[in-house]
Amino acid sequence: MSRVSELLELRGVNTHIGQYHILHGVDFAVAPNSLTMLLGRNGAGKTTCLRTIMGLWRASAGSIKFEQQDITRTPTPELARRGIAYVPENMGIFAGLTVRENLLLAARAGPLDEQRLERIFALFPAMKKFWQAFAGNLSGGQKQMLAISRAIVEPRKLLLVDEPTKGLAPAIIQAMIEAFRELKRETTLLVVEQNFHFARSLGDAVAVMDSGRIVHRGRMAELAADEALQQRLLGLSLDTHQ
Amino acid sequence: MKNWIPLALVPVIGLLALPLVPSTPTWVTLTVAGLAMGMMIFIMASGLTLVFGLMDVMNFAHGAFISVGAYAGASVLLAMKPAMQSQSFAGNLGAIVPAVLAAMALAGALGWFFERVVVRPVYGDHLKQILVTMGGLIVCEQLIHVVWGPDLIALPRPATLTGSFLIGDAAIERYRMLAVVVGLAVFAAMWLVLNRTRIGLLIRAGVENREMVESLGYRIRRLFVGVFVAGSALAGLGGVMWAMYQESLTAGMGMQVMVVIFIVIIIGGLGSVGGCFVGALLVGLLANYIGYVAPKLALGSNILLMVLILLWRPRGLYPVGK
Amino acid sequence: MIRTLLSGDLPRSRALGVVLAVILIGLAAAPFIFPGTRALNVAAKVAVFILLVASYDLLLGYTGIVSFAHTMFFGIGGYGVAIAAAKLGPSWWNIALGVGVALVLSLALAFAIGLLSLRVRAIFFAMITLAVASFFQILASQLSAFTGGEDGLNFRLPELLRERLVAYYAVFGISLVLFLALLRVVNSPFGRVLLAVRENEFRAEALGYRTVVYRTVANCLGALLATAAGVLYAVWLRYTGPDTTLSFAIMIDLLLMVVIGGMGTMYGAAIGATLFVIAQNYLQDLMKLASDAAKGIPLLPDLLHPDRWLLWLGVLFIVCVYYFPSGIVGRLRR
Repeated sequence: MSRVSELLELRGVNTHIGQYHILHGVDFAVAPNSLTMLLGRNGAGKTTCLRTIMGLWRASAGSIKFEQQDITRTPTPELARRGIAYVPENMGIFAGLTVRENLLLAARAGPLDEQRLERIFALFPAMKKFWQAFAGNLSGGQKQMLAISRAIVEPRKLLLVDEPTKGLAPAIIQAMIEAFRELKRETTLLVVEQNFHFARSLGDAVAVMDSGRIVHRGRMAELAADEALQQRLLGLSLDTHQ
Repeated sequence: MKNWIPLALVPVIGLLALPLVPSTPTWVTLTVAGLAMGMMIFIMASGLTLVFGLMDVMNFAHGAFISVGAYAGASVLLAMKPAMQSQSFAGNLGAIVPAVLAAMALAGALGWFFERVVVRPVYGDHLKQILVTMGGLIVCEQLIHVVWGPDLIALPRPATLTGSFLIGDAAIERYRMLAVVVGLAVFAAMWLVLNRTRIGLLIRAGVENREMVESLGYRIRRLFVGVFVAGSALAGLGGVMWAMYQESLTAGMGMQVMVVIFIVIIIGGLGSVGGCFVGALLVGLLANYIGYVAPKLALGSNILLMVLILLWRPRGLYPVGK
Repeated sequence: MIRTLLSGDLPRSRALGVVLAVILIGLAAAPFIFPGTRALNVAAKVAVFILLVASYDLLLGYTGIVSFAHTMFFGIGGYGVAIAAAKLGPSWWNIALGVGVALVLSLALAFAIGLLSLRVRAIFFAMITLAVASFFQILASQLSAFTGGEDGLNFRLPELLRERLVAYYAVFGISLVLFLALLRVVNSPFGRVLLAVRENEFRAEALGYRTVVYRTVANCLGALLATAAGVLYAVWLRYTGPDTTLSFAIMIDLLLMVVIGGMGTMYGAAIGATLFVIAQNYLQDLMKLASDAAKGIPLLPDLLHPDRWLLWLGVLFIVCVYYFPSGIVGRLRR
């Protein structure tokens, strides 16, 4: 572990949902101004991990620290106010509200900041086009863009994103990669992904989960170079997962 | 997302009834009566559907808020005889306005008590919610008996709101006209709050996805109490209006109207205020038309309506995503 | 021997065992221990309601379903017998026909309700059963040529049952047998699956149980037994009407009985029903005394007024839901 203080630290985090023990002592950390990819097979506990960090599910044991402060028991709204944004797997956009209303809601501090809005429109032109449309009428890719736009309407310190490329066409995924590259410059990200190509293009650090535990931690570059390791951890090879 | 078909059903039912009712003036009378009834039911039901949509709480004690509001309002009305008997509408308002305020205040206070003490411990447990709120309903009804006595209380309408006026050949009851106006005003107010204010935005978003609203940094639990109290106050308003409509009060009146309210919110879609509005109007109109054309069927007609609508749209006219 | 009779579901507490034994002996020997028609009426009502509440416990306590349509099935049983006996004549054949029709109708309705609504959320189901029961109540009062409307139907019984003692033991005996049968059901593998479904439907589904099937079966069984209780009650009263069977007040009474007695215990039904019916008949006298004694103090006489007995039971009910989910039985077993 480096001496640089980590933005987010999980130590021995366990999560139970009803009778199911999902997370069995998760240990990892996210360095500031980096993009960490959280990879793993289906059911490994990646989503549970994000939800536990965000306080949507309660950790039954262990500790979570954000900016060196314990947030294990902090309620979700407080975490958002501290600068953590969460983009869930199903995007969590409000279908019955317009694009404008979705973004307005996310701007908790007050009216929408013109500059940031311009930034969002530059990243995702579709948002400008569909400004007054109901979010429920957007396509899958546009909804995802809205979800991400919403997360950056106000400056954030940490973005938790759950499977941003799920169900998206390859062309849109490329647009996403560009957008995330931009985001990387201004905030820290922890991204859960199944798409290794996406992960490889953007990740600085990587953590791999299996059966509720972290089974590998390290630099993305190392993992990307080691096919045997990829095969072992993720059951795939570089070529098959474009 | 706006779907005009359900809203169009309201005039459609009105038009369908036209050939069935022998004379047009009668049709007009019945239509106003139906709309008035629908409006009052909407006022009583809107709070319940919103609370359910936002907080996922089904408050079976809602009927108690209706009864309590009715009794509180009635007490004020009965105590203000001179204002009630005044021959000017403004004079009558001198009794009506305090009565309505009393009804909404007492019902709202009861709602506040309920949310804190009765409902809060059982958030998330639907079974216990149903049981506990039913228990609350029973206790409230009994307490009404204790405070106001077990007998039926007669409630005459204010002087300027008795009787009917004529539009052409059609006789329209003054009180019912007022009910329609008030209902529209309440609906308009709710619409404005929900669609033009930040709180309304929060409520609409919260009804769809509570978790996400919290993830955006809003302490939505604080909103719960407010919505619950507002819903209870609306129930109180509806209650006092219903009492004036029926010109009598019984402790069980809230419970009696609960079945209709449930039918209306199921028809409308749980959590949808707009759906509740359309559902209430449909039920009110249907009850009055059928009550005239085939009285025996009248009582069961709204249940049949519910079944038909559920066959068409299993989650109600305007389902709210969850 | 007792173990087999109770299907292995022993009281598991001396206090509970004693109370149950007292109830059993009291009911069995009622005509001899408690002289007078009023006492016998109370005893018969207790016997009927123990069965009715137990059948409701199957739904609420064991399967976790809140249904407001239970009094509808109770009414179907009562009206089945009444209509057959009143319109066709008081013979055993006709009674059997009435009972048969009632059971079939209940089964069909329970099945339909189950299939349609058990797939939806509990709250939706509760509201729909409320609407259906309400509809049935309206139907019963509207079809007055058939059902006697608001006044209900009086009818005569076959020769043998006209003797009150015989009628009483028929009601008591059948109720007891059906109660023991219900004990058998809830202690069988089927019963255990029901409990599993109630605890965690998700898990039960994952384990391969089609929960809709189990809940529908439970719903039907509960309905059939409620119908049987309705038959027994009608036979005892020689009358059926909307106020004795279909009214929402009875539905509320059922809720009170099952929760105060103890949900999911079956014995809770016995205790809850006994407590309630006795309170209904005798507590009011007590309250009258207290109310008269409190004259002069503001509000107190009204709170203690005999007509307000439901207030106190309502409070007890709420307290039980929060603090004593297993009701009196749970407390006794502690």
